Amino acid sequence: MSAALPTRLRRSDRDRTMVTPEGIALPLTLASRGSRFGALALDLMFIGLLMILTTIALISIAGGTAALSDPSQHGPQIMHALEFLAVIWIAMMFLFRNAYFLFFELGPRGATPGKRITGVRIAARDGGRLTAEMVIARNLLRDIELFLPLVFIMSASDGGDSGAAGMAALAWFLIFAFFPFFNKDRLRAGDIIAGTWVVEAPKRKLEAAMSAQARVGAAASEAAVKYRFGDAELSVYGEYELQTLERVLRENRPDALRQVYEAICKKIGWTLGGGDEYAFLDAFYTQLRARLEAGMRMGKRKADKFAGNG
Amino acid sequence: MATLPEVSAIEQAALRSDRFRLAREGDWKRLEAIVSRIEKGQLRRLSDEDVLALPVLYRTVASSLSIARETSLDSATLAYLESLTQRAWFQVYGPRQSLWTWLGRFLGGGWSAAVRAMSLDVAVALAVMVAGVAVGWLLVASDPEWYFSLVPGQFADARVPGASREVLQGTLFGNDGKDPMSAFAAYLFSNNAQVSILAFALGFAFGIPSLMLLVQNTATMGAMLWLYNGQGLLIDFAGWLAVHGTTELFAILLAGAAGLHIGRAMAFPGDKSLLQATAEAGRRASLVMAGVVLMLVVAAILEAFARQLIDNTAGRFTVGGFMLVFWLAYFFAFRGRNDGAASP
Repeated sequence: MSAALPTRLRRSDRDRTMVTPEGIALPLTLASRGSRFGALALDLMFIGLLMILTTIALISIAGGTAALSDPSQHGPQIMHALEFLAVIWIAMMFLFRNAYFLFFELGPRGATPGKRITGVRIAARDGGRLTAEMVIARNLLRDIELFLPLVFIMSASDGGDSGAAGMAALAWFLIFAFFPFFNKDRLRAGDIIAGTWVVEAPKRKLEAAMSAQARVGAAASEAAVKYRFGDAELSVYGEYELQTLERVLRENRPDALRQVYEAICKKIGWTLGGGDEYAFLDAFYTQLRARLEAGMRMGKRKADKFAGNG
Repeated sequence: MATLPEVSAIEQAALRSDRFRLAREGDWKRLEAIVSRIEKGQLRRLSDEDVLALPVLYRTVASSLSIARETSLDSATLAYLESLTQRAWFQVYGPRQSLWTWLGRFLGGGWSAAVRAMSLDVAVALAVMVAGVAVGWLLVASDPEWYFSLVPGQFADARVPGASREVLQGTLFGNDGKDPMSAFAAYLFSNNAQVSILAFALGFAFGIPSLMLLVQNTATMGAMLWLYNGQGLLIDFAGWLAVHGTTELFAILLAGAAGLHIGRAMAFPGDKSLLQATAEAGRRASLVMAGVVLMLVVAAILEAFARQLIDNTAGRFTVGGFMLVFWLAYFFAFRGRNDGAASP
């Protein structure tokens, strides 16, 4: 398919393609393991913080209740109040542990706060709708992947008995922790069960059109007259080089402009003085793009400078 | 006046692909604004116009992307369109089902359909639990020392082999004076829910650990049944257990069956690919698990309140029996609105 031609510069082994119901192939980038680990660490920190704050708040409420009332008169009532607080505490701990991930991943961003910060989100692997069942399934598995062995390791090291049981828990933990390293889509056990994966959630700003920027106008047409490239000179480069040139122009760094300028001059055999690199490169870019796009409309594409002029 | 410079910018653009882009970027930016607001959770503050425009704009941008891919070499624009189409796609085809609609469909047939879809696993898990009880009973009957390894310390306070009939009877009756133990109920729920999540999650290892967990838990019950039987209190103990046990054991049974269902899909994926079969089973099982948590809430309330309030065996059997009939009818007789909603 011609859509397989590069639409971005760097391709990595994390690129996947998802086909929407409209039949448009959308590129997805799987989240890196580092960003997923970062997201998890952040989320655990948030959960821990929430738990500590809730506990402190409830303890201070309990302390206040006990201090305010006279135990000889309101004995049973105090007990009821304290018991009620205990119920709230247990329920909150259960919810923080199990519902935190569910709540956020079911939201419109499909990501917990940690995932938002690291710029990743979850998506259905088959390109379909992300359903509530998927989110539930992937997060229930978290229990054996993470919480169970962690609690086990902690209780083992707590009692000074860090022997066979601790080692077993550690091995268990490591097997699940390294799960994403042993399959090509970087799925953890919960993703396999749920049919989900974690992808990067890109957010790009629309940049100005190269050939219609404000500074273009009189100056550009002047440059276009000054630098007019022939067919032979433009035909040495392809789409890959065009994209590199576009990036260099957008970044607009003098030393990079200079290097590219010299490389192009050498390649096409022009000898010019310095000082006007940007106008030269802009003119070259516009004319190269016009040529390549005209070719595209005729069904001819040139991927890079090594490809023939088909 | 405001449109004038825009028109001239379009005309000024040297390249045909840039003119294409400048003519359409108003729609793109509008879609971006709508999607950004939805992502921030401001769906309700969107105007009706914008909500209606979302799918239309999504298709416009998607078609812009297809055209741009064939005609434009502006990689910044292509990357922008790809990212925007993807973001809009997540919103248009995202989980746009509110929690309440999901809950309504879940209770109105989705849950029971998922349970029926794994009836084979439920039958296997039931057989394993019955076997677990029998094993516990037989082990303790052959050597009472087994009792201490089967029954965890928290239950083995007064309830040990050799305890007198009066002591054992005291553990079953005579608590009606006490206050209902709501904190205890919350603790029981949290603990049991964690155990059943474990039973489900262990299904990942081909379901075998799920079954082992079931055997281990029911063997404890078998050992205690043997203990009370020795003093002629079997029926009373069964009644004491039945109040919440019919709900709680049913929930644990379903959790084990859900784990087994995943394990079975992984071991025998059939015609589908392994990942696909596992994902389908996982979704069905997670539906069952959401229900299991609900059942455990009911069980904990029954255990902490109903058992204290009803201090006779006949009454306890009535409550327990009613709950059992209720769950069975709900899962296997109630067909609901959407049959086969297990994988929507």
